[in-house]
Amino acid sequence: MIGRAAVQPLLDDRQGRRAMVWIMAIMIFLTTLSAALGLSTQGAGRALDRQLAARLTVQVIEGDAARRDAVTAALLGRLRRSAEVARANEVDRARLAELLEPWLGEAGLDADLPMPAMIDVDLRSGDDATVARVEALARTAGDGIRVDRHATWLAPVRAFVAALGWTALGLVLVMASATAAVVLLVARAGLDTHRGTLDILHMLGSTDLQIARLFQRRIGQDTLTGGLIGALAGGLLVALLGQRMATLDSQLADGVSLRPLDWLVIALLPIAFTLLAMFAARIAVLRRLARVL
Amino acid sequence: MASIVQFENVGLRYGHGPETLSDLSFTLSEGTFHFLLGASGAGKTSLLRLLYLAQRPSRGVIRLFGEDMVLSPRERLPGFRRRIGVVFQDFRLVPHLSARDNIALPLRVAGMPEDELAGPVAEMLAWVGLTDRADARPPTLSGGEQQRVAIARAVITRPEILVADEPTGNVDPIMAERLLKLFASLNRLGTTVVMATHDHHLLHRVPDALVMQLEGGRLLNPVGTA
Repeated sequence: MIGRAAVQPLLDDRQGRRAMVWIMAIMIFLTTLSAALGLSTQGAGRALDRQLAARLTVQVIEGDAARRDAVTAALLGRLRRSAEVARANEVDRARLAELLEPWLGEAGLDADLPMPAMIDVDLRSGDDATVARVEALARTAGDGIRVDRHATWLAPVRAFVAALGWTALGLVLVMASATAAVVLLVARAGLDTHRGTLDILHMLGSTDLQIARLFQRRIGQDTLTGGLIGALAGGLLVALLGQRMATLDSQLADGVSLRPLDWLVIALLPIAFTLLAMFAARIAVLRRLARVL
Repeated sequence: MASIVQFENVGLRYGHGPETLSDLSFTLSEGTFHFLLGASGAGKTSLLRLLYLAQRPSRGVIRLFGEDMVLSPRERLPGFRRRIGVVFQDFRLVPHLSARDNIALPLRVAGMPEDELAGPVAEMLAWVGLTDRADARPPTLSGGEQQRVAIARAVITRPEILVADEPTGNVDPIMAERLLKLFASLNRLGTTVVMATHDHHLLHRVPDALVMQLEGGRLLNPVGTA
């Protein structure tokens, strides 16, 4: 193995190395932002799932107000007794009328208007089997029962959040591919730049692996240095944006925040990219050297 | 004496051009000293490239250390190269490394631990008379000094074969004679030396040396070189 002491002078191109460090810093800065976007949208998706999957609205559609109130009361009792229901409350009529006023005007406040009764139900679990059982339980109360899953209403929002997450993951993969491509180019350029030195090493009996290690070590150092700079800058920006988002006081914004595990993933990005760059450098150098004797 | 180099009907062609070397057959015994003579373009450098395994022949058989170099897999060649020292007319030193680090390079390639390098390197620097120039980088050394560094680098691993391509071409006659003495002293220690040169005056400086004469890619004395 060629010792560390010999490595620095052997591949002595400090100017080129500075450029490589900054290229890697920019790549990993952008990757950090993409990863943060992906992880936070994943968090938002989880928050939506938590909030929506276990939540139902049961409508009691009955023209006769007295019968509607009786069915509603019976249904509320049945739901509250169910072990799978955490909470079941009838939506306040006045509040309903208030919500309808923009569309129906003063008529929305008319007590004779055949308005369905609505019950908000929070389940203990949002799994499909539980939801189906509670739906079936609600329907036993009468014919005019309609059950709406909140998850169904907000499915397009959930799909959009998921699409954002996939897009962010795609961006991370694109950045990783671009990093590997940059490393391949840098390694090939390095082989050309240091051709004289490499010919000497070759003549002295260096193996391909020894020469590849010189490059992978140097490129690894540059990627790690640039990666730490990029991840630090990206992390600071993400933290700053997180602080701003926290002031929005929105349920969805709460979900968008990063968990400690997410921060760990972001912190590991420079190491992951360093390993990727070292692998790419090794492959590039070994392939090129395999063409010479 | 056992043979260390064997060429049998070796030919070398670059690309689709004519043969640069043709029908080379000779044997070099261990511990012998050979001058390789020939005009420019006679094929001396090509023959030396075959000897230090920078090139495989287009045809024929080359055996070094008793092993067939034509059939030997590529992965095994570095191990053989470490047993061959090479000196070039243009020195081929790493310009960013000090004389000391240039000389230490073959030991590092061979995997010698850093703390064991100092002794052999100091010994080599003393042998070539450059102890006080150990930290100088090649661009600050004279041609003769650079060539001595190159020789020290070539022999620090005690190679079994030393190949030198016009090593005295860029130095003055006094330095040329001094370098030749270094080669001769190494040869006395058992290294087989093959030295390409234009300078016929050097032939008489090594009394037991054998001469290989190349002309137009062919050896003029193919059997007389063993």
